[in-house]
Amino acid sequence: MFDITHQPLSIEPLVRAVTRPSSGAVASFLGVVREQTRGRRVLYLEYEAYREMAIPKMREIADEIRGKWKVDEIAMIHRIGHLEIGEASVAIAVSAPHRHQALAACAYAIDRLKEIVPIWKKEVWIDGEEWVGPGTCEHH
Amino acid sequence: MKVRVRCFATAREIVGTGELVIDLPEGSTLTQLFDQIQGQFPRLQGLAGSLLFSVNREYAPSDRRLVAEDEVALIPPVSGGTHV
Repeated sequence: MFDITHQPLSIEPLVRAVTRPSSGAVASFLGVVREQTRGRRVLYLEYEAYREMAIPKMREIADEIRGKWKVDEIAMIHRIGHLEIGEASVAIAVSAPHRHQALAACAYAIDRLKEIVPIWKKEVWIDGEEWVGPGTCEHH
Repeated sequence: MKVRVRCFATAREIVGTGELVIDLPEGSTLTQLFDQIQGQFPRLQGLAGSLLFSVNREYAPSDRRLVAEDEVALIPPVSGGTHV
């Protein structure tokens, strides 16, 4: 399950989609809109995607994961459009026979998604705005 | 030859549309394409150092030669902020 949607996200459908009889663990990640970023107060975010490239890049990340860890299934959904503080922008779930693979693969998935999947967010603050795109490090 | 150019985020806002069709000499590279677009939209200069390109939905180096009907995208990693 790899998708880009305007609809609100929840993690449960992804967890259900990846769980297999062989799965002993499902690791999940939900990225949510934070009120403060780099010391500024965010009013809302606007996400935009190059959908025709973004979904194949998600599949490519899943292929990379399968080359590194023994996992059962991988699901990634990114939301686009207008998002308010506290809303989920991205949901990822990875199932595996054992927890270490599931946890490592899930962490890898979100890091790679931010590096190579062409999705941008415009942060709109009280006193300005800025686009943030793939390959941008965020350590704050 | 004609190529489609998809523009996103800051690049889309500068160009004023999500898609351009650009007429280029045969054998042009991504750099030559970008120079031509920048001639039309000088504010793209600010992105020149950080912009990535894709050709037919794969990242591509700026010396990549284009062929007719290629779909190029301008992929800005990050913009300069606009503070009001």
